[in-house]
Amino acid sequence: MRVAYWPGCVSRGFTPELHGSTAKVAPLLDIELVELERANCCGAGVVAEHNQELVDTLNARTFAMAQQVEGAGMMNICSTCQGAQSECQQRLDADGAYREHINSHLEPEGLRYEKGGEWENKNLFWLLVEDIGLDALKEKVKRPLTGLRVAPFYGCYVVRPTSRLGYDRYPDRDRYLDWIIDAVGAEPVAYAGSHKCCGFPIITMNKTTSLRQAGRHLADAIDAGADCLVTPCPLCHLNLDMQQPDASKFVERELGVPVLHFPQLLGLALGLEPKELGMGKHVVKTTEVDAKIRELAAA
Amino acid sequence: MADFTLKLRRYDPDSGEAAYWQDFDVDMPPERSVLDGILKARADEDGSIAIRCSCRAAICGSCGVRVNGQSVLACNTKLSDAVRGSKQDGAIVVEPMGNMPVIKDLIVDMDAVHWKKVHRVVPWLLPEGEPPEREYIVDAEAMIDVTQSMACIQCGVCVSACLSMEVDPEFIGPAALAKAYRFVGDPRDAHTEERLNDLAEDEHGMYDCTHCFACIEVCPKDVAPMNQIMRLRRLATADYGIKDSNNGYGHEKAFVDIIRRWGTLHEAQLLPRSFGQGSLVQSQVQPAALKQLIDSAPTAARGLKSGKVSPWKVLFHKKLADQDQVRRIYDEIEGKDDRLELNLYIVGESEDDEGEDEEEGTE
Ligand code: SF4
Ligand code: SF4
Ligand code: FES
Repeated sequence: MRVAYWPGCVSRGFTPELHGSTAKVAPLLDIELVELERANCCGAGVVAEHNQELVDTLNARTFAMAQQVEGAGMMNICSTCQGAQSECQQRLDADGAYREHINSHLEPEGLRYEKGGEWENKNLFWLLVEDIGLDALKEKVKRPLTGLRVAPFYGCYVVRPTSRLGYDRYPDRDRYLDWIIDAVGAEPVAYAGSHKCCGFPIITMNKTTSLRQAGRHLADAIDAGADCLVTPCPLCHLNLDMQQPDASKFVERELGVPVLHFPQLLGLALGLEPKELGMGKHVVKTTEVDAKIRELAAA
Repeated sequence: MADFTLKLRRYDPDSGEAAYWQDFDVDMPPERSVLDGILKARADEDGSIAIRCSCRAAICGSCGVRVNGQSVLACNTKLSDAVRGSKQDGAIVVEPMGNMPVIKDLIVDMDAVHWKKVHRVVPWLLPEGEPPEREYIVDAEAMIDVTQSMACIQCGVCVSACLSMEVDPEFIGPAALAKAYRFVGDPRDAHTEERLNDLAEDEHGMYDCTHCFACIEVCPKDVAPMNQIMRLRRLATADYGIKDSNNGYGHEKAFVDIIRRWGTLHEAQLLPRSFGQGSLVQSQVQPAALKQLIDSAPTAARGLKSGKVSPWKVLFHKKLADQDQVRRIYDEIEGKDDRLELNLYIVGESEDDEGEDEEEGTE
């Protein structure tokens, strides 16, 4: 399957292991990535806060570039991109006159966004379930992650608001991570924070509120017996992994639970090694997960 | 008719007992509401079940509860939908709303949280000059912008769901901030700037919202409190240049400027620029900004140590190939006097393509 691939800024910035692991995993899933190298930042909700017409135009520009990739939908690997872009797409699709107006800003560049029947922009974990299928995934699993207890962290942007995230057509999108964890042979862990906010959007504005959120969810996952968390969003990863040592101070307890990017979890099951997947680049060491993987390989 | 099991969280402070769960089986048509179910259980089985309600039609805003963990109006939630959302083998779990103290069973103390916060934002009009003889006349057009926030029925369901409030009880919160926008956006009000200043100076004000969409998802009246909060921020930053106490101004300015300049996010510059009201120089010379920057140094050090962030990445960021196009778009849009905003709550989703769905009104 061919996709117009938008990795987002953070996966090429502060979490390079996300972009890297996606590049390794995609061919194993028969996904051909056509990267949108000229596309711009999604605005992450901040440009939307500043000026709606601006953010709608910037994302229409990305969609227009993606639509030039023939026979392909668009794929992202960042929930924040998904949320920010879906918000713009909803407005663009809702009103023809508005869409024309936004398109007029793209005209000098020879671009145009068409509201289009089946054309969709999907996070990798949605695409995996809806377009590749769990059965096909199971067939490709080389190393079932038996015994690994994985707590899914969905976050906000792929969960709410359901009215613009395709839930009318795909009502279970907020359960796919559980299904996938199960499909790769690991055990999904239920805990209180799985669909809550990581706190990242206000890390520069109110660190206490931000890291109390991250800290609580990590603590809940640990208490529920998780070996690691997995998230489809690099910004969640920043708060849950990079900030974890600080988050531990705000909730006044030890934490120390590894957080995997979604493609890393897939990669492990598809037979790749932790190191190839950039797991050495995490702030919270993935040592125990690595050890379990080695045991599985030996078994 | 069908059988439904309602699992209610019971609590009576006078009993001295801890809260407990109690199951009630009710036989009712599936299209009836969870509230109807609870009232039936109360009428047939246990008259002591406490819940507030009045209109039973999603108008009065008194029956907010949590059903299977979701904050909702009990009268606005069908039994059949509630069963589908069950995480406990078909049992419909009903709890009091979150983020507010429980008075008894399903009744929470709205005064202690919700109303207190609404009062906090001065929820009445503050016009200037001698009052007119009759009503304040205002152009209907000019009020369109605030109609969405006026739709609020003060049910507190968004307060119950708010994920920032869950960890910061001092946060003014979604309902009160939506109410604040109702007056900030009202052309008759003469204290717009003071109102915005007040919300910007409060560390638990409009910049304490973490953008989680929970309030948008649960609001039974489509008030979209988070969107009203974003409007408050937009006005404060773009129109009044208000520098708040949470770096909200700096963060927005830094982010928007970075995309203008590079097209993608130069993360290493976002933090220092945010602390320095958008400017890299300010972040080095202002004592407060410098302190925050030093506080965040361990995070930066961890980034470098783990190999995520290279010194090279901190210093250099590649511009997009067609960055001049991004800049042109910025100039075209920001050069105008008016900001264009499409509020789907107001205009609706006008289906315009190839004349399909003709019954949906055209805009
Ligand atoms: S979006 Fe903001 S106000 Fe709304 S529930 Fe989340 S944190 Fe609270
Ligand atoms: S904004 Fe919506 S959920 Fe919140 S109090 Fe008003 S009507 Fe209720
Ligand atoms: S009883 Fe009035 S809103 Fe539910």
